[in-house]
Amino acid sequence: MDPFLASLGGGFLWLMGLIGLNADLMSRYGLRFLDGVWVTLQLVGLSVFLGLALALPLAIARVEGGKFLSRAAFTYSYFFRGTPLLAQTFLIYYGAGQFREQLTDIGLWWFFRDAFNCAVFTFTLNTAAYQSEILRGGIQTLAAGQMEAAQALGLHRVLAYRKIILPQAIAIGLRPLGNELVLMIKASAIASVITVYDLMGVTRLAFSRSYDMEVYLWAAVLYLLMVEIIRRVWNVIERRLNRHLMVSR
Amino acid sequence: MLDLLELLSFGPHGWGDEIAQGALLTIELALVTLPVGIVIGLAVAVAKDSRSRVLRAVGDLYTTVFRGLPELLTLFIVYYGGQMLLTRLADYVVEGAHIEVNQFVAGVVALGLVLGAFSSEVLLAAIRAVPKGQKEAASALGLSGWRTFRLVTFPQLWRVALPGLSNNWMVLLKDTSLVSVIAISDLMRQTSIAVGVTKQPFFFYLVACLIYLVFSGLSSIVFTVLENRASRGFRRVGGH
Repeated sequence: MDPFLASLGGGFLWLMGLIGLNADLMSRYGLRFLDGVWVTLQLVGLSVFLGLALALPLAIARVEGGKFLSRAAFTYSYFFRGTPLLAQTFLIYYGAGQFREQLTDIGLWWFFRDAFNCAVFTFTLNTAAYQSEILRGGIQTLAAGQMEAAQALGLHRVLAYRKIILPQAIAIGLRPLGNELVLMIKASAIASVITVYDLMGVTRLAFSRSYDMEVYLWAAVLYLLMVEIIRRVWNVIERRLNRHLMVSR
Repeated sequence: MLDLLELLSFGPHGWGDEIAQGALLTIELALVTLPVGIVIGLAVAVAKDSRSRVLRAVGDLYTTVFRGLPELLTLFIVYYGGQMLLTRLADYVVEGAHIEVNQFVAGVVALGLVLGAFSSEVLLAAIRAVPKGQKEAASALGLSGWRTFRLVTFPQLWRVALPGLSNNWMVLLKDTSLVSVIAISDLMRQTSIAVGVTKQPFFFYLVACLIYLVFSGLSSIVFTVLENRASRGFRRVGGH
């Protein structure tokens, strides 16, 4: 290893030992914890982004879809919001194992074989349900005049949604969407139960080997850091994007 | 399909009774946790509403920590940490003593701590929604402190808090599934045991999901009734 980095690491460990942390444990698992944080961030980033892509059509189906489509979208979000994420994760991860042959036949087994993929898939379906509710709320608070004005200007419905309705709905939903992001960071710990080595998974591994409670405290600090940073950054983003909606005080 | 349903029958060959027991335990866990969480939430809300800066800071710290930590992590910290702490304490009294923390108690404590953090926000908003004049009027009428709370403040606070608390309850109901990880025989764990034996994960986990759905459906009916009752003296915008 680079001698400079090594001495930097050594100094860090010495400092940690000084404030009473177990430096030996940290030198053994420290880097793995950082890997775990990275896996957690990937898990959440991917699912929230893909979830948003799925939530947009779902929300529009709720508002615009006829009897059948809107009911289907409602059933979808009712199911995913009414059942525990742990149960959904087991349903998909272990359920996929049961249908291995069929999945191999249609060439999808490589995807469901991997626990990380299953976690991303489940979390995406789950967060899409919550995000679609947020967006639906946003769309429905807009005055009907918005769409009427767009159509009076000769805009096609699709274009009106893209340029007028959805941007406003997302702006209204920005705060709850941020909450959803934070909730997903926390919920992603569930992936550790199906053998994904996210932050929680690494923590459980380190604890089962060392039996030192300290590792749980590191995990707690890291999760709180992630959540607080996201909360604060999101506040700044929200205030900046919604400055036209701010009420002057 | 028929043999799948047979797996759900009650008795020695089916898993119906095992799963029903698990479902009962899930409900039990949620019902026992509810008052614990609400009491913690009320205490934290009062702390955050107090004039003392220290109490406010403590309240804020509490919500930041327990709203920010994954529920699974809180559960592990309470369960393993509690075990180690109690064992160490017992060691002072009796040399070499070992204490096992009851999983159910650990589950109630962990879920109660989390529920306390979330419900404190709801309750704080509700406390602040009751105007000060209400209390002053009550004391002008000669009502004692407790009667003021019971007859004047609480009914108004309750109406504002109910929708938020109903949300908290739904989240709690789903979070109980996490305790299966520390080997409590709740709905989720009983289902996993059935899956281990029958090798029918998709069917059994789907059944578990449907049972959770029924629970949240029933809860929302109860809360609608409660909300209508609580707001019977209040006309909504656009109401009749």
